[in-house]
Amino acid sequence: MTVPADLDARFRARAAEEGLLDVATAAHETPIGTLLLAATAAGLCTVAFDPEPEATEERLARRFGARVLRSPRPLDPVRRQLDDYFEGRRRSFDVDLDLGTVTGEFGRLVLAELARVPYGSTTTYGSLAARTGRPRAARAVGTVMNRNPLPIVLPCHRVVGSTGSLVGYAGGLERKERLLRLEGVAL
Amino acid sequence: MALPPFERLYEETSAEIFAFLARRLGRARAEDAFQETFLRALRGYGRLEHGRHLRAWLYTIAGRVVIDAARAEARRPPLAAAEPAAADARPAYAELEHLASALPPTERAAVVLRYGYDLDYAEIGAALGSSAEAARQAASSGVRRLRGKELPV
Repeated sequence: MTVPADLDARFRARAAEEGLLDVATAAHETPIGTLLLAATAAGLCTVAFDPEPEATEERLARRFGARVLRSPRPLDPVRRQLDDYFEGRRRSFDVDLDLGTVTGEFGRLVLAELARVPYGSTTTYGSLAARTGRPRAARAVGTVMNRNPLPIVLPCHRVVGSTGSLVGYAGGLERKERLLRLEGVAL
Repeated sequence: MALPPFERLYEETSAEIFAFLARRLGRARAEDAFQETFLRALRGYGRLEHGRHLRAWLYTIAGRVVIDAARAEARRPPLAAAEPAAADARPAYAELEHLASALPPTERAAVVLRYGYDLDYAEIGAALGSSAEAARQAASSGVRRLRGKELPV
């Protein structure tokens, strides 16, 4: 006997409403593929390309607590904002963030600077490093970008090499290029 | 064994728990009981110390929900609604359930989970919505009652 779909949906919604979840997750379709989104009570904690839900849920459970459940409603605001972004109607995201998966002061500093890089522009790893007061740490900035838990929302796609080459992207260079073109950056 | 993400437990057990509740309560009442079972499970889940015996733990919660539903609605003696579903469970559960079936529900659950499934008292307390100490007392008074045959009529 399978659980009726509406009952399943009601349970998942109610679990979130009653504040019983450590992490709510949802899959979201975008023009650059399915994203796995996850949020704690504090805010959005994961945006993942090419979702591997089971591995991601395990990781989230270890970090934030085992009450991890697919429950789309808490993620509705960011899902709407992503839709608007991909349709060119939104230039920045207005949601609370939980950077609990980011280890180290430097990583948090770099991500805070990254959040200030404007829509439709690019910066370099070196200049982001300089803005955190460590001009020689371009490579370390690259590592932070690679591990960015909230791609798109924290725009690591806007960070390129000093020669203008795209260099790398955790979601693949093709996606980085599409995001920059969407924002009107000439490549 | 670390506690798995709740999603995993839910995916693995939700269909059989729904079937169990539908057999006990009928399809219509099973829906509310299903929500209640998994909401109670979520409330206790964060306090569990490991991921063993999770199915048994869930069935105990579902059994409690059935008892509560029967009490609330039918005014039937709770034990009539709480007859064991041997086919749903491992043999140890069925055997102990039979021996302990005349105990009051909390003591019965505590005895079955302690001696049938080797859960510790913190887990049993979480399953029953009480403390580890209350679970220990329920199990030991259940055992005393079984030994002394002071069974309630």
